[in-house]
Amino acid sequence: MKIQQRVRFTKLGKIRFLSHRDLARIWERSLRRSGVQVAYSEGFSPRPRLSFGLALSTGHESLGEYLDIDLARDVDPLELPGIVNPSLPDGMVAQIACAIEPGIPSLQQAVISSTWRITLADVPVDELTEGLERVLGADELPIVVERKGNKITLDARPAILALTQDDVVLEAELASQPRSLRPAELLRAIDPNWGDGRVLRTHQWTLVDGARREPIPLGDLSSRGATPTPHAGARA
Amino acid sequence: MVDVWARLEPHLASVQKPARYIGCELCAEVPPPSPHRVGWLLVYPDTYEIGLPNQGLQILYEILNERPDARAERTYAPWTDLEEVLRRENIPLFSVDTHRSADEFDVLAFNLSAELVYTNVLNCIDLAGVPVRSRERRAVHPLIGAGGHATYNPEPLADFLDFVVLGDGEEVVGEINAAVAAWISGGRTARIDVLRALAGIEGVYVPALYEPRYLPDGCLEVTAPIDAAAPAVVEKRTIADLGEWPYPKQQIVPLTEVVHDRLNVEVFRGCTRGCRFCQAGMITRPVRERPADQVREMVQQGIRRTGYDEVALTSLSTADFSGIEDVVMSAMDDSVGCGNVSVSLPSLRVDAFTVGVAAQIQKARRTGLTFAPEAGSWRMRQVINKLITEEDLYAAVDSAFSQGWRRVKLYFLVGLPTETDEDTLGIVELASRCLQLAKEKGHNGSVTVSVGGFVPKAFTPFQWFGMNTEEELRRKVNLLRDAARHAKGVQLKWHDTRASLVEGLMSRGDRRLGPVIEHVWRAGGTFQEWSEHFRLDLWEAAMEAHGLDMDWYCHRHRTEHEVLPWDHLSAGLHKDFLWQDWRDSLDELGLEDCRWTPCYDCGACTGYSIEHVVASAVPPAGGSQGTGQNLLWGTEVPVVLGARKSSQVPV
Ligand code: SF4
Repeated sequence: MKIQQRVRFTKLGKIRFLSHRDLARIWERSLRRSGVQVAYSEGFSPRPRLSFGLALSTGHESLGEYLDIDLARDVDPLELPGIVNPSLPDGMVAQIACAIEPGIPSLQQAVISSTWRITLADVPVDELTEGLERVLGADELPIVVERKGNKITLDARPAILALTQDDVVLEAELASQPRSLRPAELLRAIDPNWGDGRVLRTHQWTLVDGARREPIPLGDLSSRGATPTPHAGARA
Repeated sequence: MVDVWARLEPHLASVQKPARYIGCELCAEVPPPSPHRVGWLLVYPDTYEIGLPNQGLQILYEILNERPDARAERTYAPWTDLEEVLRRENIPLFSVDTHRSADEFDVLAFNLSAELVYTNVLNCIDLAGVPVRSRERRAVHPLIGAGGHATYNPEPLADFLDFVVLGDGEEVVGEINAAVAAWISGGRTARIDVLRALAGIEGVYVPALYEPRYLPDGCLEVTAPIDAAAPAVVEKRTIADLGEWPYPKQQIVPLTEVVHDRLNVEVFRGCTRGCRFCQAGMITRPVRERPADQVREMVQQGIRRTGYDEVALTSLSTADFSGIEDVVMSAMDDSVGCGNVSVSLPSLRVDAFTVGVAAQIQKARRTGLTFAPEAGSWRMRQVINKLITEEDLYAAVDSAFSQGWRRVKLYFLVGLPTETDEDTLGIVELASRCLQLAKEKGHNGSVTVSVGGFVPKAFTPFQWFGMNTEEELRRKVNLLRDAARHAKGVQLKWHDTRASLVEGLMSRGDRRLGPVIEHVWRAGGTFQEWSEHFRLDLWEAAMEAHGLDMDWYCHRHRTEHEVLPWDHLSAGLHKDFLWQDWRDSLDELGLEDCRWTPCYDCGACTGYSIEHVVASAVPPAGGSQGTGQNLLWGTEVPVVLGARKSSQVPV
């Protein structure tokens, strides 16, 4: 029987410049270093069985990244963060882990949207407000984006699930299914002159029985007494 | 302390591969800055991906950071896009460890592994905000030093370096640190004071304390000391026992992609196979093996500390390590506790025994094996003293294909002394014969031939040889391309022959090339080892502007009594030994490996009262061992391999 655990971790500070591929390599090595026994794939060149959620762009920070690990030997999920954290680089902290049922949808399939906090320190607040009003009032928002090397035009509006402003900070919930929209694309759709800002992913969301939930259920968090992530409670 | 991170960060999103500038790697601890510690910035003058794995730099980093009176950080050459940002925003070169500004360190120590990085050295000094010419620096500026294989002829960089280290750095770095510490605590008096102190340390060369004199024909008359503190000849440093230096203990684990991304454990230093083209083999003598138990321990601890799943046992020819099979097997032993560890031997000897060891290691994933016969004919291999028989090669390749490898890569040099077209074409013949053998046995494989132009280096028997012109090298490559077209299944790759020319210029150049390097650098010629940035036109223009002749430096045979630009430096090797070896080479006369046969008194041991540290008194099993003889375990190695013919200097 497969033993699988899901881990939530952060990507903050200098290490925000690591790529998605870098993260995978770091996790492989950190798990080995901390003695966690990971299951390997079969075949010619066996690799540790780790699967990540939706890639976070190089340069973006996150309070809520997820990783599913196939374990060769079980570990208490409550202890897993404490075991691997000393082996992770500064800014990457495993916050919580929980056992998951084999066969549940992968992170890539399950996550339907993410909440982003985008700081645009160089844009006047009024201009931000105007831009937001314009977008929220629009029925359609066609933009040209690149997907798998091809330029395509898509309507960004349906992917904007929520959009609010607090001073120079925007908070946006953007869909990743059926069509995904990235924070940089959202900004370009509002005003191409705004630049990329500083981007932080605060949450990822899945749909369970019609309700929006984080990939590690909050019930798990509180009942086990683990430290909840900032803001998790507010959105529950 | 000036931390440049806050100024740097906003720009990182717009440069390629920003992860190479963030540091944050798991590695040895860097102590905080303190007035009681000499601050070293170790600089690798190429990109992070190439420089990070450099073991020499990592060893010094750890040794310095363990000392109570030193601290060391690292930096690498910023890629051109970041350089643009640094210059535009007025941000200095910085350490990746703590993002401190480079000019806050007391010493900037460059690792020089290759000649094409010289313009990058100037660029890094300049980006650090330090005058590039050493005579323009004052007491407040960091000292600029260099070590590494290319420093055996540091003369082209003499104008830019304050001090140069010859040989193993493990011991001498502490002595340098002490001299610098004393100078700093004495109130940073005139720069000449610390330079004199450094010149008094064995293995340290201070170029400013010497002056070259030239003869009317342009040759050197002498490079002589002009200061009482400078010795007439600077000897290299050699650590007698590698076992006393089990470094790196905590190899740096990068967070982003680099070359050779694996645990590296150096199993021995030095090589006495005596390949005449190989500078590394000549300047690192004698052979010093690490005790097998220490190798095992370093592998086990290294795997545990780093989380790597691959370890490379490194040296110039790892299959020559005494008892290599045992060491390899125990390295892969599950008792390491990590499971799934793979071992690699980056430098395979050409014989079936070696392939056997490789087969034990690579249980899965047998994709490619690489061998370096270096020359296409037995005659040529005698000239270069790479005494591999065709049978060795065929046995190795046959063994590789029958044990499941599908690709064999063969390394060769063209432009070797006395080389004829027959020798050159022998390369493709060897390769097609390898392929044919494989086919006869029903194996399905491919053979790739990789060809480089030979560049003569200082302190080798070929230091007197005038290298082939670029046209000649290109002609030979074209010969091979034509021949390879008819040899189905043989793929040919070759290095840029123009880059070999500039490498040749720097390798045996003198101080008159300093202004040339500066000229090319000022004209924007950095990252010359990257083909997309290499600019032969800049080098040619600079040579012309300074009235210097590329031919004279690169393509001219030197005579026995010509004074060479590195004659005031010593790698231990007697010049008459090298000259005799050069004559022997022209006589197509092979020379035995002195690890297992009587000493030739080349000087590397005899001059420094040290000796080989080798666990086994007999050569390893299998194949011809590169001796040209068929040897079994324990048999004596004959000393003379060929008859002496009359010597002829090539024209
Ligand atoms: S001194 Fe003798 S034993 Fe030592 S490296 Fe030279 S030839 Fe070999």
